[in-house]
Amino acid sequence: MSSISVPGAVPVPESRKERENYLNIQHTVASWLLTLDHKRIAILYLLGITFMFAIGGAAAAGIRIALVRPHDTFFSNEVYNKLFSIHGIVMVFFFLVPSIPAVFGNFALPLMIGARDVAFPRLNLLSWYLYMTGSFLMLLAIIFGGVDTGWTFYTPYSSVYSDTNVSLVIFGVFIAGFSSIATGVNFLVTIHKMRAPGMTWFRMPLFVWAMYATSIIMILGTPVVAITLFLVAMERIFGFCVFNPVCGGDPLLFEHLFWFYSHPAVYIMILPSMGVVSEVIACFSRKRIFGYEFVGFSSLAIALLGFLVWGHHMFVTGESMYSGMVFSLLSFLIAVPSAIKVFNWSATLYKGNIWLSAPMIYALGFIGLFTIGGLTGLYLASLAVDVHLNMTYFVVAHFHYVMVGGAIFGFMAALHFWWPKMTGRLYPESWAKLAALIMFIGFNLTFFPQFILGYLGMPRRYHYYLPEYQAWNILSSAGASVLAVGYIIPFCYLLWSLFKGAPAGDNPWGAVGLEWTISSPPPSHNYDEVPIVTWEAYDYEPVIQAELAGAAVGHPLMTTEEPYIKETE
Amino acid sequence: MSTVELEHPTFAPQHVGHQFEELDQQNDAYIVGIWIFLVTEIMFFGALFLALTIYRYNYATAFEEAHNALNWKLGMLNTFILLTSSFFMAMAVRAKTLDHRSETKMWLGLTLLCAFGFLTVKYFEYSAEIREHHFPGPTFRWEAPSRANVEANTPLIQMSEAPKGIAGLGNYTPQPIEHHAHQLFFSLYFIMTGLHGLHVLVGILVLGCLWVLIAVKHPAVEDYIPLEIGGIYWHFVDIVWIFLYPLVYLIGRQ
Repeated sequence: MSSISVPGAVPVPESRKERENYLNIQHTVASWLLTLDHKRIAILYLLGITFMFAIGGAAAAGIRIALVRPHDTFFSNEVYNKLFSIHGIVMVFFFLVPSIPAVFGNFALPLMIGARDVAFPRLNLLSWYLYMTGSFLMLLAIIFGGVDTGWTFYTPYSSVYSDTNVSLVIFGVFIAGFSSIATGVNFLVTIHKMRAPGMTWFRMPLFVWAMYATSIIMILGTPVVAITLFLVAMERIFGFCVFNPVCGGDPLLFEHLFWFYSHPAVYIMILPSMGVVSEVIACFSRKRIFGYEFVGFSSLAIALLGFLVWGHHMFVTGESMYSGMVFSLLSFLIAVPSAIKVFNWSATLYKGNIWLSAPMIYALGFIGLFTIGGLTGLYLASLAVDVHLNMTYFVVAHFHYVMVGGAIFGFMAALHFWWPKMTGRLYPESWAKLAALIMFIGFNLTFFPQFILGYLGMPRRYHYYLPEYQAWNILSSAGASVLAVGYIIPFCYLLWSLFKGAPAGDNPWGAVGLEWTISSPPPSHNYDEVPIVTWEAYDYEPVIQAELAGAAVGHPLMTTEEPYIKETE
Repeated sequence: MSTVELEHPTFAPQHVGHQFEELDQQNDAYIVGIWIFLVTEIMFFGALFLALTIYRYNYATAFEEAHNALNWKLGMLNTFILLTSSFFMAMAVRAKTLDHRSETKMWLGLTLLCAFGFLTVKYFEYSAEIREHHFPGPTFRWEAPSRANVEANTPLIQMSEAPKGIAGLGNYTPQPIEHHAHQLFFSLYFIMTGLHGLHVLVGILVLGCLWVLIAVKHPAVEDYIPLEIGGIYWHFVDIVWIFLYPLVYLIGRQ
């Protein structure tokens, strides 16, 4: 390959003046708050969701402190109820749902398909403001005394009886929901209409496929939960009558409508992570993803099947036995596309040139933990077993394996993978590996005992429990503190690397995605000339050849002479 | 950013966003965007139609009685107004594609007139219903036209008295359940027509802005696509009403 010794390849000369990029092109606060640049909006989102993650994490810490003792006196029962509600609502609606799509989807998706921006940059900025407004209302609700309905807002408790700030929280979630819809519309149009010439559907990176599937769920599911929560608010504020059994309303209807969104929402959280894992696994085993088409289509299959399984949340609510059987069957079916992904990632690793970098450790962690989370989901999809396990800690452990072990490990993998591209700096690799390991250990220590607790019959959401459960709860709380350390370390070294990190160069991983063909951090308009794609996704053969030859890898697939780097005086 | 603009000097008169290569790509994106947006709208209203269907099945008699209280003639008038407005809208888009500016303005103006007409009729309808205490909530009252009908309708959930002494229940006076099923109907009626009215209001804003932009020959509306987008949205608002009117006003009318 003639391109291997392209100038600007790693390592970057120290003397080089900083290039003009999306970060340093303007410095005013207004230039950030009014930016239409998808990369800047991604950074804004990153700040927002990190803050909300801290709030949700603090609430989780409270829960684990309370559960160290069977008869906790540290928090009152009311406060305990508010802690798990705030933890759930903040983490689901204000962290997990926007996390990867709004941050890394926004940052990387246009770059990956060779676009200058998303299709509707103003809508993109609006979505951030909607998210921030929703978050602000949520924070306001917490300041005014919190909310105690759990993240599920079951009626009629939420709509009639609860005397906490349910309305405020509902409006926060409602508004944040529209931010999610806006992101979904934007991504769908972007993927359909903004791909660079030659970037066919089957040349797209799998992260883009995952974002496409996620966006489908966002546009089909979110409006339903929005209107449902709106109905709850109408019932609560104006005394309307929709779900209240006192006037003939049906609380089960609320549960159906709520889970029609909230089950697919689980896939909003996990599909983007699966996309990230596909990118990371391919890059760090230097191989094309095994069965590319199957992995791509399994994302779509998950998105579509995900809309047909919501009833498995309601097996014990008096749902008809026959619909229970159908929902159970469909829930088993959705394990198939998920398993396809896991098998294909494993097959990709086979005989790959594996580089155990920090993103790769997170991605491997994802595969293991998601497999456990997914398989325990099958326990819960079985009608008879679910009667025993429903509303116990088994459920809590199951969805934390999917949401933390899956979604957050994917988020951390993405953060480390694209951090050099976003900031132009390398994070300290050994610290990152250590943090990944601590997080893995802490996570398992926290949540594995909860499987056992649930199996032994400890119900979820209870403040007090029987003394025989204490040992497992202490283990879990100890694990939570290890996990907290695993979150704090990356926060510190990533912040440090912003100022002191080594310059990353354009392509520190030798990855072949289009986003690695431009400088780090990218210029605000991404591409001076829209690239013409003539190669398949994950074509790592040239990289392997270059590495064997001992040459520095720029971007092996680009044959042009760095048209995109501008020197500023 | 400057380099991008330099690359497309020929597009200066028309507004092509920096992210697009050319006007066609932008127009395609707008069209795909509005259709995807309408999908989200369908899901939004879909949940309400589902609730209406289920409750109608559960409380058939009460729902029939309740919607007999609606003024179907005003609803009919509104249906006529909205359908006419959709015709005007289509004519406006046609005039725009032919680049007849004053004609476009006329048709668009007529569309807006219809939209205001719709909301005016709705205002009188709502006022009458609120006067009759049909607005749900603490002030809601329902006087059955004939008791025999009510007796025949046995509700699925039997609850002759609301539980007392629970916080937040103050608003609910103990009454037979069928009284509340009427309230269920009116809750859905006000929410569905209210949200539809809100969409009409948004439509007025959108079409009004387009009218002004076309009147001042703003370059953003030089192409017909922005008006087409407004038109697609407006037809959607119309279609929601086309489902709403028979389901809420007409079915089961004696």
